[in-house]
Amino acid sequence: MTHRSFFSFMLPSLLAMFLFIVLPTGSIIVQSFYTEHGKALSLAENCGPFGCEQTTHIDLAITEELREEAPLGKFNGLGTYLDRAHLAVDEISKIFEESESAGEVVSRIYNLPFYKALSFTIAYTFFATPLAMMVGFLVAMAVNNIPKKIKGPVIFLSLLPYIVTPLIGSLTLFWMINSNGIIGATLQFIFNDPDLSLKASPVLTWVTLIVYGIWHMAPFPFVVYYAGLQTIPQDTMESAMIDGASKWERIRYVVIPHLFPLTTFLALVLMMDNFRIFEPIVGFSAEANATSLSWSIYNDLNGQVDKLYGSAASTSVLTVICVVILLIPVLLRTWRSFKQKNPDGSAS
Amino acid sequence: MIIAASPADSKSNKTSVIAFALLAIWLVVAAFPFLWTLWGSFKVEADFFSRQTWENALYGVKTLQATGSAFTMDGYEGAWIDREFWRAFLNTAIVTVSVTAISLVFGTLGGYALSRSRKKYVFWILIAALVFRAMPHITLVSGYLMPFFEMNIWGALPTSIIVLVAINQPFTLWMLHSFFLSIPKDLDESAMVDGCTRFQAFRLAVMPVMWPGVITTGLFSFLLSYNDFAVTSMLLSQDNQTMVPKINSFLGTVQSDGAIMYAVAAVVSATVPLFMLVMFFQRYIVSGLTAGAVKG
Repeated sequence: MTHRSFFSFMLPSLLAMFLFIVLPTGSIIVQSFYTEHGKALSLAENCGPFGCEQTTHIDLAITEELREEAPLGKFNGLGTYLDRAHLAVDEISKIFEESESAGEVVSRIYNLPFYKALSFTIAYTFFATPLAMMVGFLVAMAVNNIPKKIKGPVIFLSLLPYIVTPLIGSLTLFWMINSNGIIGATLQFIFNDPDLSLKASPVLTWVTLIVYGIWHMAPFPFVVYYAGLQTIPQDTMESAMIDGASKWERIRYVVIPHLFPLTTFLALVLMMDNFRIFEPIVGFSAEANATSLSWSIYNDLNGQVDKLYGSAASTSVLTVICVVILLIPVLLRTWRSFKQKNPDGSAS
Repeated sequence: MIIAASPADSKSNKTSVIAFALLAIWLVVAAFPFLWTLWGSFKVEADFFSRQTWENALYGVKTLQATGSAFTMDGYEGAWIDREFWRAFLNTAIVTVSVTAISLVFGTLGGYALSRSRKKYVFWILIAALVFRAMPHITLVSGYLMPFFEMNIWGALPTSIIVLVAINQPFTLWMLHSFFLSIPKDLDESAMVDGCTRFQAFRLAVMPVMWPGVITTGLFSFLLSYNDFAVTSMLLSQDNQTMVPKINSFLGTVQSDGAIMYAVAAVVSATVPLFMLVMFFQRYIVSGLTAGAVKG
């Protein structure tokens, strides 16, 4: 394909991605170096019967003028990155100086907003991903063994948690585990504890969200593994059987090795998707006990009075850096397979 | 499968019973929440969120007392008429249909070009698309807000549509790229030997055979725009809100008004189209989910 026709075919797509993905990425980098204007204060003297006193008040006109002049706010350099709401460099060095035990260090760092969000995001990603894959694998093995007639409906029902909007799925579950909902009330009854609430403790909230994550994501590995199971060569299976391999041995030595390449693919895609966890925190109203990086950005931008663009932008940049770190294995793999296809590096 | 009578048979019977039980549990876990919410959406709040027993939600005891029938449409009436959920439904229809259509036009052209060129920049475009695909959408939203306010295009439906199209492109490109790779090159190249231009070859030789891939990709574009919360909740004004952000803003107002059943009804209403989609297009969705994995 000539350069000319390639780029005329690609133009709409490249333009859209440039305008709405590349430029905004630049925009968040720029914004992250700025911070909101302080409120312009002006002094006024109020004189009453008991003498004069000076009061300060916010001068709206000047504040507005400042905003007009420099909509980005004032330059703050790396200030926003280092402040308490983000990397909290000063606070952390203070924590290390003052704390006596490692436990205290961890718990105090956890109380800083950025690290709180980061730790939940990472915990969610690294628990929900493998567990969803395990559930998906088990379901795929089970579906593979049922009569053909009922496979269609079974796959239909299994797909639902994955297809349904995350916010809607989490609300559906949230209403059921609500203390007046069917699951919540039943749990209270079983444990005989009328105050039991899945929102009460951070641990329970984390577990709830991770269980939601497994429920929501498991259909994806299920479908992929199920498709993988259909491609297992029957010859290999049969010769394993003739050689006397039991069912478990066949799974261990034939099925699992065959599905292994799919596993790496699934792990990477699921990690990318789980890392952006956001809607369930809104749906489960879990923000008191569990926040994520995406949720922090949303929260900054959703302020009723002021939108904290600088703060949201800094968190966004830090999030993108984390995503790129997560992606490095995928990028290397793609690079290698590209090299294999084009050994000289510059194909015609 | 060959059938061999062996002492392992009774054992494999046992494992298949366990597998069957596990599957049954999974199906209940996967589908019951939706059935329960659907059923409960026709009850009053005192039944669906019953302090006494969940059986109330099953039989509609309080619903019978309050409305004279075991089923009520109050939640739906409140949501669709009082709170104008129909407006959100229409907005969702406009957004999803436009996003899907535009994404597919851009994506088919781009994906086709990526599959037919062997230049080095193809690799870099695909890598960039992969990185873009991995970026959480909300990070981009924080980049849109200020420029959109400055340009005065914040809040309008077309703004969100084009943003969703762009966010959708990386995935669409990857999917259609690998789909077009599976269409033999000879097809369009022989058309070009016969004197077609590249575009004519695409239109006459490739377009007639590309529809299965396009339908599959279109379903996923539809799902992405339908399910989106990050973009639509931040970039649409109150009047233009689509269903998902509308449900979220319901939650704020509805709880204090004691009208949570409005939100339940809205949630069920927004789930129904997805059910139908899976019902009619199950085969395409399954093949789309596996496409990336099987081709690596």
